[in-house]
Amino acid sequence: MTSLAETGATDARARLPIGEVRWSTVLAPLALGVVVIGLWQLAVDALEIEPFVLPSPGAIAGEIGANIDSVVSGARATGRNALLGLVIGGVVGVAGALLAGTFRVVDELAANVVAAAAVVPIVALAPVLYSMFGAAVDTGRIIVAALSVAVPVYLNTLRGLREVLPVHRDLMAAYAAGRWQVAREITLPTATPYVFTGLRVGSSLAVIAALIAEYFGGPIGGLGKSITSSAASSNYPLAWAYVTGAIVLGLLFYVATLTVEQWLSRHHHP
Amino acid sequence: MTTTWTRIRPVLLGALGVGLVVAVWDLYKAFGPEEGVRLGERTLILPRTTDLAMPHSWEMVQRFGEPVTSLAGSPTAFEAVWDAGLFSLGLATRGWVIGVVIGLLLALVMCRFRIAESAILPWVVLSQTVPLIAIAPLVRRWGSQIDLFGHVWTSEDSVAVIAAYLAFFPVAVGALRGLKSPARTHLDLMHAYGVGWWRTLLVLRLPASVPFLLPALRLGAASAVVGAVVAEVSIGLKGGLGRMVIDYAQSASGDPAKPWAPIFGAVAIGLVAAGAVGLIGLALRPFRVTGAFR
Amino acid sequence: MSAIEVRGVDRVFTRGRNRVDALTAVDLEVRAGEFVSLIGPSGCGKSTLLRLVADLDAPTSGAISVFGKTTRQARLDQDYGIAFQQAGLLPWRTVTANVELPLKLHGMDKAARRARVAELLELVGLSDFAKSHPDQLSGGMQQRVAIARALAEQPRLLLMDEPFGALDEITRERMQNELVRLCAETGAAVLFVTHSIPEAVFLSDRVVVMSPRPGRITGIVDIRADGLVPAHDRAAGVREESGFFRAVAEVRAILHGGSGIPAPDGARGVDLR
Repeated sequence: MTSLAETGATDARARLPIGEVRWSTVLAPLALGVVVIGLWQLAVDALEIEPFVLPSPGAIAGEIGANIDSVVSGARATGRNALLGLVIGGVVGVAGALLAGTFRVVDELAANVVAAAAVVPIVALAPVLYSMFGAAVDTGRIIVAALSVAVPVYLNTLRGLREVLPVHRDLMAAYAAGRWQVAREITLPTATPYVFTGLRVGSSLAVIAALIAEYFGGPIGGLGKSITSSAASSNYPLAWAYVTGAIVLGLLFYVATLTVEQWLSRHHHP
Repeated sequence: MTTTWTRIRPVLLGALGVGLVVAVWDLYKAFGPEEGVRLGERTLILPRTTDLAMPHSWEMVQRFGEPVTSLAGSPTAFEAVWDAGLFSLGLATRGWVIGVVIGLLLALVMCRFRIAESAILPWVVLSQTVPLIAIAPLVRRWGSQIDLFGHVWTSEDSVAVIAAYLAFFPVAVGALRGLKSPARTHLDLMHAYGVGWWRTLLVLRLPASVPFLLPALRLGAASAVVGAVVAEVSIGLKGGLGRMVIDYAQSASGDPAKPWAPIFGAVAIGLVAAGAVGLIGLALRPFRVTGAFR
Repeated sequence: MSAIEVRGVDRVFTRGRNRVDALTAVDLEVRAGEFVSLIGPSGCGKSTLLRLVADLDAPTSGAISVFGKTTRQARLDQDYGIAFQQAGLLPWRTVTANVELPLKLHGMDKAARRARVAELLELVGLSDFAKSHPDQLSGGMQQRVAIARALAEQPRLLLMDEPFGALDEITRERMQNELVRLCAETGAAVLFVTHSIPEAVFLSDRVVVMSPRPGRITGIVDIRADGLVPAHDRAAGVREESGFFRAVAEVRAILHGGSGIPAPDGARGVDLR
């Protein structure tokens, strides 16, 4: 086998390893999860832990059941911001990386700004964005989510664009292929798995950013605001119910991105 | 000539890039529509350009030299941000250390026991796909309510724990990848030498993990800063940059440049944290070669 | 007209203050339909020379022509097919789509493409794997796909840079036999880079021996002068003939001895420099 088999590209394109799923890869994490939740319930009951420290899983489940409408509508409000942020940030990140991959000067101009954006708490921008756009509209929260997504998507895409194998580059040169042909046949297919790595990271960040931006102010409605307001009124099991909603929302985004990725790579590589 | 130019070029262009961002800001402020650009009825897609909404970039810089409040004896914004930055950086460091220790331990356990890897790793990955930082506001009440072996739990501890939670993930995943990176040949060699798991760890796996670990530590440091700042906001802990962002935002209507001061502080400590971890990389330079294990 | 003509070519690489003479004063001619191998230790510039002919790199001084044109024009006119040590298949394309790639890039219509690809896969014996992806093939099969791809546009010249370098000896000999057959069928001239002496001797009409620091040609062995049939007509049995062993000894003598005199009766057809 050539070293092609070892590149990330083929790796990421591997089909769903359904044939390789063994009991341990499914059962072990599930078992661990069940044990932890069981221990949690037991600990809360036996040690009489106060709900403000940690409510029992049973109590949280009860609150979710009782407030399902409000949890869902909160998830919808936060999810909308996160989704718009993911789409905008994804487009900006990929477009920026394509520019930086084509023109070295763009890459060098952006290098410092992106390096800084990668290590700073972007969500801290929320308050000033609120005064720029108004706290009542979602623009500020969407921008925070989009910025959080754009950074990993940009960095991963740029990396992917640089992973083109020298032998493929030589081949296209030998074919006297045009710029656009090289991009379509070689560069973009090579970079696609990396774009999705960035998007997968970004999908979680989008939800987190949209949620936390609500901690910095804004109208009632989203999950983040609901968590803080129910915590402020000392209704801890309810707050945990909203937290569970946020966890489900985050999972939903992650799984959705993963599904699109799997579908696309199958489409390309049946 | 050409070699010095190739060395200076990225520095110059990098600075120019930052300058461009500033220039776009001020140009938009100067020439953009006062009421911003709307999409449809309500949604602003470009910001208002009034002095209240967008201060000039130089006003943001000047603001650092001016007192925080008009009260007598008030420190300058720079001094206040400096102190708050140190406070947040301290909490982030505590969180980072806890996160690194936990991340490394998890990685070791997962590397040693296959079953542990298949049981724990999905949860580690899951822990980052879900916004568990959402619990931050709920951790607020832990302050002074928990007594662990004589140590009374403080809000600072809560912030550090949340920072640690964000920091442990890249470390655990990076360290695991690094520990598993030695090629079959090298493992077979150790096996042939009759060397046990611990010696193999010391001689082979740990050095091999360095190139994977360093970026993970840097990412962990950046995450710890984000975690500390956000946790301060959610928990309402005074003294750090997170709370300062909220406090200063309250006075934005009269003093629009003021809220930018703690934001620049947050940018600064993020860069300091990532840079400090870079120094660790310098110390570990001999192990950064990946070629031997390819 | 000769397929390749190299006149007084130098190629110097400079990295910072380091200067490497990859090729110095290289003269070489490859006639139409002739099979010429470049052999020598690592760093002797054999791959560099092939890349210059392919216009993947430009000489520092000197001139190269391919079928009487500049290398650039020859590349634009697709006068040659090329294969590398790495098969260089696109992992996201099927075997068919990989072989089809140059045809598609150069605007052949779909029906004609499909017909040509079927023919080529038949030629390299991979018709059953038309719908497979590269990662489902062995190294030898991948390399056969790469060769089919190189032959796709019926080039009069094939440039091959250690195409069998990563294969095991048994697969390698089988691939050599197939290559001889393919060359006989297409009548193409071949410039073939290798570092295996028996491979060079078995495949070639002439073997060009090179040495490093600076990279240059130290000798050219005419294999036909050792009593072997022309390269296109060879069969596996040639590896057992005494002429084959004589030629191997000659090439080896030049490789190791530099300007040393090879076996007394081996001097025929040897052009030492």
